[in-house]
Amino acid sequence: MSVAVAERPGTAATAARFSPQWIAGRIQGAVLHIAVISLTVAWIVPTAGLLITSFRPFDKITSSGWWTALAPSYQFTLDNYSKVLSTSNLGQGFFNSFMISIPATIIPIAIAAFAAYAFAWMKFPLRDWIFLGIVGVLAIPLQLSFVPVLSFFVAHGITVGNLEPYGMQFLPVWLAHTGYGLPFSIYLLANFFRALPSELFESAEIDGASTLTVFFRIVLPLSVPALASLVIFQFLWIWNDLLVALIYVGGAREVAPLTVSLANLTNSLGQGYHLLTAAAFFSMIVPLVVFLSLQRYFVRGILAGSVKG
Amino acid sequence: MASVTYDHVVKRYTADVTVVKDFNVDIKDKEFMVLVGPSGCGKSTALRMLAGLETVTEGQIRIGERVVNDVAAKDRDIAMVFQSYALYPHMSVFDNMAFPLQMKRTPKAEIERRVRQASGILGLDNFLQRKPRALSGGQRQRVALGRAIVRNPQVFLLDEPLSNLDAKLRGQTRIELQKLHRDLETTFIYVTHDQVEAMTMGDRIALMYDGILQQVGTPGDVYDHPANLFVAGFIGTPTMNFVPVTTSNGSARAGGFSVKLPRPVGEKKGILGFRPEAVTDRIPDPESSLEMKVDVVERLGSDQFLYGQVGGDQVTARVDPRMQVQVGDTVKLGLDTRSLHLFDADTEKALI
Repeated sequence: MSVAVAERPGTAATAARFSPQWIAGRIQGAVLHIAVISLTVAWIVPTAGLLITSFRPFDKITSSGWWTALAPSYQFTLDNYSKVLSTSNLGQGFFNSFMISIPATIIPIAIAAFAAYAFAWMKFPLRDWIFLGIVGVLAIPLQLSFVPVLSFFVAHGITVGNLEPYGMQFLPVWLAHTGYGLPFSIYLLANFFRALPSELFESAEIDGASTLTVFFRIVLPLSVPALASLVIFQFLWIWNDLLVALIYVGGAREVAPLTVSLANLTNSLGQGYHLLTAAAFFSMIVPLVVFLSLQRYFVRGILAGSVKG
Repeated sequence: MASVTYDHVVKRYTADVTVVKDFNVDIKDKEFMVLVGPSGCGKSTALRMLAGLETVTEGQIRIGERVVNDVAAKDRDIAMVFQSYALYPHMSVFDNMAFPLQMKRTPKAEIERRVRQASGILGLDNFLQRKPRALSGGQRQRVALGRAIVRNPQVFLLDEPLSNLDAKLRGQTRIELQKLHRDLETTFIYVTHDQVEAMTMGDRIALMYDGILQQVGTPGDVYDHPANLFVAGFIGTPTMNFVPVTTSNGSARAGGFSVKLPRPVGEKKGILGFRPEAVTDRIPDPESSLEMKVDVVERLGSDQFLYGQVGGDQVTARVDPRMQVQVGDTVKLGLDTRSLHLFDADTEKALI
């Protein structure tokens, strides 16, 4: 998540034509392009396959490969989508996924930003040991925590059944995702904050800014790229998460997120994967929108102009 | 508008790491004081203690009559310009300059007025809406100055503000800073490692080395009467010539020549110091002449510097640029005995 400006191997422009540097620069550029293009193809092909399959009639799907649909005669249909939306629980799952993902993204990142600021720029006893502890927690598989955390929730009445009358039925999964998301978020943000030039903080201190003012008016605006990447990571992980949601809210229709509904679709329909393709694509739309809308915040070199000339 | 006093100030990080040792300086109201010294000499630490960015281990720092040891940085009524400028990169030039005033909850109209005034002084009127990254190094530097000016502080602290500028701009800014100092009539404390900046800008210079204050004085004082070997070697380019000598009967004998001293110092080993401009092609007194075997000739147009050996000692001479000298020549040069310095070989303190 470094914002350092990656220098493109731009030696080709400066070195003389056909000199060894020029050739090396060209080869380097070509290798880079090939790598990027093959990675892109490796991601695009299955996605395109899924998209095309989801628009094909069932008998065609089972009898021929998806690429045959690219040649005439074109036989596309919206049946899969209409069928999956009418027969299954996808609409409710979609809503539930949002109800889970949005708070479970905002809460941990908000907490982590405050914590990371303290770890990066405030002095308090045992600071480095606590930070090490938090980093250490990253290595613990989250499955280990299911039983103790769940029994804690049950013992203190933090269950879907108890909270539903107050409209807080998703609280257990919010808390769980907050806990699982915090260590990484703190680690990433603290490292980012630490890389901000210390003179900015000293200057702000002399200018009379309080700790909170520095946080809101200087640290946060400068950390938009880090925050945006973190939001994408956290949101995608929660949106695609099946296990944590299943453990903490269960598979009941009213609370199950999209992933759980999708899993049920395969179970109940067996090999009818023409519906699954439509449903899967349906569930992919949100991550795509999130990524595309936030990617412009991955601005490189947002710190340019702050220090040095 | 205030004086600044360092009173037996010590900065110690651990028991055996002391970066500022017993630092005593009185900086007068409206004075332009330059703290100068090689890197790591403690000059920046001394400034940062005054700014409130570092704690004072021992001693007192006073601004005016007020002891500021335990006063928060923002309440010291100072402004600081950092070497890296420390502009807020996401804010426009206007907001950068307005920030300290906003922190003080100054009324909007007043902020507007003072930022406009500062930007007028610094010629930044056309850049107020730009972000720092769209400015050149010199413009950024002026924004940093502007942010200090709008606060109308009692003391300006400048920590190597010119070191990120190119040579030409540095020369211009040096002059602008002196003008600014005159116009604002405020105490300036300026930290630099560049002796040219120190000599040209300071009302007085405080030289530091290894955490210890070596000498305080006007540029002329420090140049003509260096207190010790370090000061003599630090100020002036090319550096002063140092030749080991033994003294007796009011004269000093070096490897290749001997000179009469302005006053007798008894018999001892010493180091004779004389600046390159004291060694010229004019020979007023045959008794104080020396023969130099020339190793390097540097022609600067206005000056000509000769680097060579005089009886085994390395000596630099500044001669008339029209004098024809080739590398390998042996030339006869005169030594102006009016500007001789003699340093004790052990204590390195100035004897003459």
